[in-house]
Amino acid sequence: MDNDSKSKGSGRGNARRQFLADTARMACGVGLLGLGLGLYARHATALPPAAIRPPGALPETEFSGACIRCGMCVRDCPYDILHLAKPEEPMSTGTPYFVARQAPCEMCEDIPCVKACPTGALDHSLTDINKSRMGLAVLVDEETCLNFLGLRCDICYRICPVIDKAITLEPQINARTGKHTLFIPVVHSDACTGCGKCEKACPTEIAAIKVFPLYMAKGQLSAHYRLGWVEKEKAGGSLVAPDVEHQYNLPEGLKYDLGGKGLYSAPPGEAPAVPGTPPGTSGTTGGLPQALQGDKL
Amino acid sequence: MSAVPEHPGAEAIAEKGWLAAHKWLILRRISQIGILFLFLVGPWFKLWIVKGNLNYSYTLDFLPLTDPYLLLQSLLTGQAPEKLALIGVAIVVLFYLLVGGRTYCSFVCPVNLVTDFANWLRARLGIKGSAHLSRTTRYWVLGMTLVAAAVSGTVVWEMVNPVSMLHRGLFFGLGIAWAVILAVFLFDLFVMRHGWCGHLCPVGAFYSLIGKLSVLRVKLPQREACNDCMDCFAVCPEQQVIRPALKGIGGTPPVILEENCTNCGRCIDVCSKEVFVFGSRFSSPGK
Repeated sequence: MDNDSKSKGSGRGNARRQFLADTARMACGVGLLGLGLGLYARHATALPPAAIRPPGALPETEFSGACIRCGMCVRDCPYDILHLAKPEEPMSTGTPYFVARQAPCEMCEDIPCVKACPTGALDHSLTDINKSRMGLAVLVDEETCLNFLGLRCDICYRICPVIDKAITLEPQINARTGKHTLFIPVVHSDACTGCGKCEKACPTEIAAIKVFPLYMAKGQLSAHYRLGWVEKEKAGGSLVAPDVEHQYNLPEGLKYDLGGKGLYSAPPGEAPAVPGTPPGTSGTTGGLPQALQGDKL
Repeated sequence: MSAVPEHPGAEAIAEKGWLAAHKWLILRRISQIGILFLFLVGPWFKLWIVKGNLNYSYTLDFLPLTDPYLLLQSLLTGQAPEKLALIGVAIVVLFYLLVGGRTYCSFVCPVNLVTDFANWLRARLGIKGSAHLSRTTRYWVLGMTLVAAAVSGTVVWEMVNPVSMLHRGLFFGLGIAWAVILAVFLFDLFVMRHGWCGHLCPVGAFYSLIGKLSVLRVKLPQREACNDCMDCFAVCPEQQVIRPALKGIGGTPPVILEENCTNCGRCIDVCSKEVFVFGSRFSSPGK
């Protein structure tokens, strides 16, 4: 009413006011919708650990923007291992993944899934499947791994398409029996493609070795860290002053050979440099304390 | 709103015969179901005529087709497509520039089958009343999805898009997508007439922008013959597009230039006076 009296002949002003109100309402409503959608996306775009992306997939944040959810990779996979995420699955709806324990990547040499991708979501510069890094195998459970228990299971090692590079068997003493060897499977990230064949083949009820997305499986040293032995090799020699030879403070006539024969009594001629040898102590085993004489130590 | 006819098209059926009065509706259903079928024979019979889905498809290892709206979102996240996707998007944009942007909605989109069914049932059950929402809402939603893609770096809309969810779901596994589609159906049935396709869907909104310039149009060479039976108005999913061209409001030429006309051709079917025809926007109004 107040409006009417004020705006005689200013229908234009009313229209403008109405327009602004409508605009504001729409912007707020849709903005709220967008906010909800954005928050939902935040939760739903984190890749669950069991879902492995196809070969050549960009890092997850870029992948979810580049992938147009067309499923061409799924169609061109000759082993039908890939799925598109359904809406209820906790990752970006419609994006491709495989579950290693169900069906691992067979590592086709011509990588048809990458060729089929119409965007850069699967990186077309990947032409050697051995260079793909879908994930990284991690021996997650040393308590159930049969090799850790002392058996020669070795299945993960033998099934690995990059055998002796991605997984090696490292002999260790079996401390439990005291006389056997453990052949410990060790994964090397410089060669593991994350294909998941080891996880699929692991014979235990639940796999002891699993493939995880790289962000979960791989640690990283701080940038300022240097490995002494690497630096030494690069420099062609030690970078620090050599250690001073250790001096043992032993009774007269005794010597100690680290990692060799241990404690022994030096023959008289061998220790001329030891100064101030008291008279009468230079003999064969004369200097050795009574308790240490004989064979038993 | 004047009285909406009880049985729109009854007069046309009497005049032209049932088949002629349903011509475009039948062709439209053939197109919609045929496209679904082409995609389905792959997973069903391992007969790969078409691979992919409406987001991107590859036909007979020869023809790439890319959804321009989706590709735009992907570009906004900062990612670049490969060559085939670019060729595909060019073909699609050119095609809809010819046949009308929202022809996608009426002849291709699988959700249209759902919402058309909801609308049919709504009329059958005599459900009156409809929540009011401006038809421009879809452009706000469209803008929001583009901003969301740019801000978040992920194609956010694809997480909830019922269009691709349904189409992809039919060939790759539906999952809970059926519930989303059911929600759209119930929304159109009980809450808002033509609610999803006519008010909210940003995919349709995007295609309507292509449709602003498109060639194929519904024309009204016989608009003087209109007897105000309101049948066209009753069947049109975007009723606001008819009146200006039909009544020549503000000197509007007898051609529907509104970008939201879906070229569904239902008005052509139901008009007993044959007021409407398909034609080029450039040809003379006489024919």
